[in-house]
Amino acid sequence: MPTLSVWLIRCSLAYLGLGFTIGALILFNKAVPVIPSVWNLLQMHIEFLLLGFILQLTMGVAFWIFPRLQTMTDRGDERKAALAFVLLNAGIWVCSIAPFISISYILLTGRICQTAAVILFILNLWPRVYAFGKY
Amino acid sequence: MPPLTRYWIKAGFVNFAAALLLAVIIQLSSVIPLPEFIVAMNPVYFHLFLVGWITQIIMGVSFWMFPPVNKDRPRGLEILGWISFVSINVGLILRVVGEPVVFLDPVNEWRWLLIVSALLQWIGGMLYVVHIWQRVKGKQLPSTNVIRVL
Repeated sequence: MPTLSVWLIRCSLAYLGLGFTIGALILFNKAVPVIPSVWNLLQMHIEFLLLGFILQLTMGVAFWIFPRLQTMTDRGDERKAALAFVLLNAGIWVCSIAPFISISYILLTGRICQTAAVILFILNLWPRVYAFGKY
Repeated sequence: MPPLTRYWIKAGFVNFAAALLLAVIIQLSSVIPLPEFIVAMNPVYFHLFLVGWITQIIMGVSFWMFPPVNKDRPRGLEILGWISFVSINVGLILRVVGEPVVFLDPVNEWRWLLIVSALLQWIGGMLYVVHIWQRVKGKQLPSTNVIRVL
């Protein structure tokens, strides 16, 4: 497993732990409403699990397992994928804290980071999607 | 395919079908009169889909395909995976029952169903993370080569 996949997958597992913890707190609060403000973490719960866990784990496995190129850099331009990793995580955190911070365009900034991350990752992976035996 | 993977994937299929069936019932409530609690089942639908289906498929496939821990015990301490599987599925079932109960009567004594559901799903998620963490690793030199290098 390449180093970048290890980072992507381990981060995704950390988000799974955090996301499940927040989810458990919200569900507990639904039964016994002791801390109503815990509902403010709903956006964080969704960001952590949908993008942090599911998307990031998918990216990590795809980077590891897709067919390799017959070039010096057999997993394509790894800088793009590494930058995607940084931007995705920045975007997840920016969007997660957006409900707590009154800064203009903070959610938009987070979404732009996430979109840029996905586009960069697609650019890295695109040449690795080819028919068996082509190379 | 190891037994735990088969259980995870088949449970994922069941949750997938249940989630979509529930989506149909929720949608039907806008066409024909159905019990009031159906509206409260929206979070259950999302969680059956995302935890019951997608997360369990990920868990099953990663348990099967991720690099082995070592030759003696390639999949690590499997009991953690089994406890995770049981916890998540029992937790989801309790949620399916508990959500409408709490919706109809928020101070119902049966609301402990949601508390136990939250706890079980959390334990299941954590045990999976602990269990699979050691299998997320780069390629290592075979021990004989390491000795030769040293």
